[in-house]
Amino acid sequence: MGKRTVEFSVGVFMVLGMIALVLMALRVSGLSMDDAADTYTVRARFDNLGGLNERAKVSMAGVTIGRVTKIYLDDKWYSAVVEMEINKSMSTLSKDTSAAILTAGLLGEKYVGLSVGAEEEYLKDGDWIEDTQSALVLEELIGRFLFSKAKE
Amino acid sequence: MLNRIADMGRYGVQVIESLGSATLLFANSLMWGGPGSAGFADLVRQIFSVGVRSLSIIAVAGFFVGMVLGLQGYTILVDFGSEAALGTLVSLTLLRELGPVVTALLFAGRAGSALTAEIGLMKATEQLSAMEMMGVDPLKRVITPRLWAGIISMPILALIFSTVGIWGGAFVAVDMLGIDDGAYWGNMQAAVEFYNDVAKGIFKSFVFGWVVTWIAVYQGYASIPTSEGIGKATTQTVVVSSLAVLGLDFVLTAVMFGGV
Repeated sequence: MGKRTVEFSVGVFMVLGMIALVLMALRVSGLSMDDAADTYTVRARFDNLGGLNERAKVSMAGVTIGRVTKIYLDDKWYSAVVEMEINKSMSTLSKDTSAAILTAGLLGEKYVGLSVGAEEEYLKDGDWIEDTQSALVLEELIGRFLFSKAKE
Repeated sequence: MLNRIADMGRYGVQVIESLGSATLLFANSLMWGGPGSAGFADLVRQIFSVGVRSLSIIAVAGFFVGMVLGLQGYTILVDFGSEAALGTLVSLTLLRELGPVVTALLFAGRAGSALTAEIGLMKATEQLSAMEMMGVDPLKRVITPRLWAGIISMPILALIFSTVGIWGGAFVAVDMLGIDDGAYWGNMQAAVEFYNDVAKGIFKSFVFGWVVTWIAVYQGYASIPTSEGIGKATTQTVVVSSLAVLGLDFVLTAVMFGGV
């Protein structure tokens, strides 16, 4: 094995290690660098997210049409704001589309479900979805149930 | 009866002795320098034979381990309707445990045994004594670059193992079993933290690389210079370093993840 070959393959080995490290940092531990080329962003305000994650699905009628990109707390209204990117191919969502936080199965992951509205105008980049429905929080439901039982 | 007790005592003293001479060997060969010391080119050559030559077995093993994790995890998680957590399961298992440990075991078998046999044969053919005759310290010339090559190569190999394994898991989960691509990667990214999981895994593999290479060079250097002795030393390298890796893994896991 020539000296050049040895040096070259060790160099390749080192580069592979670095690529693996970068992949671990970006792709696996989630320092995402995706570019938003073919998507547009809409925002929605929720009272309670109940465990919705960034990069969760945004779906309509069960078909995934986008992703949640950012979640933060609005410090003026004390409500959660969810930013999601919707694929450009779904650019005909009416302005009164409603968003709800749903759960896949009993223990599954949370996702945002969109239901289409009736208005003629469409959502544009940066628009807000006004009609939202928060996540079902099991503890609250049980609490409400117990409370109403106690009143009887 | 009395002989047996004496044998046990002798064995105990031997273990302590070899531990001492292994520590001395490590302390003397850790630093570079001195007459006839190995240079950077030697290190590169050793990384080639220790790291690059182990790359194919590591990559193939990682891919299959990832695929098996994906399949097994799926059959269990699908009963609870939480197959979306498969990405989390595969990535955390690989990054925290299987990546460093399986890589270290393969590394001991593939590179550690070769190191022991090579150094043992150098001793048997009196190359090491010849170096001493020329005023060259065989520790600095032979052991130092091999030790460092192992310490440098192991974390890289473990990282490649985990990366290929997660990719193999994604191949099974997303392409074969039809789990949503975003659920696999998204849940993984939500659960994996760079410092807590990736960096701690790298630290583990660093420690394992150090232990395996250390045992391998010591076994070679202290081997009885006959064909039987070298064979025995090679076996001993694989056995001792595998056990050391598994034992240390428990200690490291308890300290880093156990919350003890």
